[in-house]
Amino acid sequence: MQMDASPVENQLGVEQEHSSKIQIKGINEGLLVILKEGEWLDVKQVLLEHIDQQGEFLRGARIALDAGNHILKALDLGRLRDELSERGLSLWAVVSNSPMTVQTAKMLGLETKIGKTRREAALQTPDGVMLGVEEAVMVCKTLRSGFRLQYPGHVVVIGDVNPGAEIIAGGNVVVWGHMRGLVHAGAEGNESAVVCALDLHPTQLRIASQIAVTPKRKGKPQPELARLVDGTVEAVLWSP
Amino acid sequence: MPGKVITITSGKGGVGKTTATANLGAALAQSGYKVVCIDADIGLRNLDVVLGLENRIVYDLVDVVEGRCRVRQAMIRDKRLPELYLIPAAQTRDKSAVSPSDMVRLCDDLRGEYDYILIDSPAGIERGFRNAIAPADVVMVITNPEVSAVRDADRIIGLIEAEEKGPALLVINRIKPNMIKRGDMLSPDDVLELLAIELVGLIPEDEGVVTSTNRGLPVVLDGRSKAGQAFRNISRRLLGEKVPFLDIEEEGGLFGRLTRRIRSGGD
Repeated sequence: MQMDASPVENQLGVEQEHSSKIQIKGINEGLLVILKEGEWLDVKQVLLEHIDQQGEFLRGARIALDAGNHILKALDLGRLRDELSERGLSLWAVVSNSPMTVQTAKMLGLETKIGKTRREAALQTPDGVMLGVEEAVMVCKTLRSGFRLQYPGHVVVIGDVNPGAEIIAGGNVVVWGHMRGLVHAGAEGNESAVVCALDLHPTQLRIASQIAVTPKRKGKPQPELARLVDGTVEAVLWSP
Repeated sequence: MPGKVITITSGKGGVGKTTATANLGAALAQSGYKVVCIDADIGLRNLDVVLGLENRIVYDLVDVVEGRCRVRQAMIRDKRLPELYLIPAAQTRDKSAVSPSDMVRLCDDLRGEYDYILIDSPAGIERGFRNAIAPADVVMVITNPEVSAVRDADRIIGLIEAEEKGPALLVINRIKPNMIKRGDMLSPDDVLELLAIELVGLIPEDEGVVTSTNRGLPVVLDGRSKAGQAFRNISRRLLGEKVPFLDIEEEGGLFGRLTRRIRSGGD
């Protein structure tokens, strides 16, 4: 245990040196790297140089990344994960203020919550809802199995939602395509929320606290709209 | 032109990744290209068995990555096709013995000298899968006309898109025309409708594949096999030729309309 003392001091020293770009903390789950503002490539460079300076000391460590406001694409995170793995470190989690970065991390199979920040994340949700109800997110691609889209406002998808994909929205959900996955509209309890799709055939459809499954298909798919009528889910033809 | 890295993956196990890798490798080598097949299924290797090269393994992928031998020492030349090589997986280690960047370095090393590098991915979406797709220029997804296999293929296609390796190519394996006719099996149209990526192969169910796998003789080497013909067609499509899809049903008809059907993935 005593051996830990000096490297920690050492870390603190370097931390001050680079405090404008990165900060490294020890947490229960390993190391937490906090990225400050700046160009992604510069920040990453500083991080990797810092790790290289530490030599063998950090080898085998589990890294959680707090990406702050950085918007990271799959390629960026994938590279970083590889570069860390070359140095014997494993990236296991990424937390971020940017929903895009969180989504990327999820797609790469990384955790997006760590024990300590879970509480902070929960605290952020209420104001997300407050500003979110009348806001919408639009996604122009097919949502495939394993993809989960969670948003406090409305969700519009131009594309299909395949079985195994999930949409959880505080508001309405509109799918310009096949809706075959799981959909939950009015997830915060809004009973006037609706779901509509060119072909409404979800594995499960939820509005507020009501749950419904789709009956067996009869005839050709038609645009439909589902809503709550007297507390039960009903689908009607969706026409202008 | 530097060599092309093609990763063959599926999500679900047992749909025919290893058979497809062995047969595409053999078909490309037969057409005169220099081909290396890499078995990325560390701990559960069997590409060596399917190619009939099991008894010649001295070094493996993990030996190369950990520097115990040079790449050339781990490459086993095929008995029948002098331009086909195999880098076998280690059997006594697990997926974590290799990292995605190790695979990228290895493939970059091979690109200069070989035309095609085929990687046989393990099932699943974890480390082994990520190792297998990291160096890929093209990812080929194999599925069977079964709901569970298609669901996993959909998930894998999403992950491939997320890693910016898309759009993937699709091969549907083990098609049974009689069952489709009775309405008991998904048709290639049903599968394509859901997955919406480019189709490059339809392979009929063929008992010959089981015997050829057991004997270690790729089915493409058998001129009379229907599955062999289907694999040869895939290799020609990979080479850029326009090859009409096999009429899987004897009398013809059902798959005719697929011939000109080319779908592109959503963006």
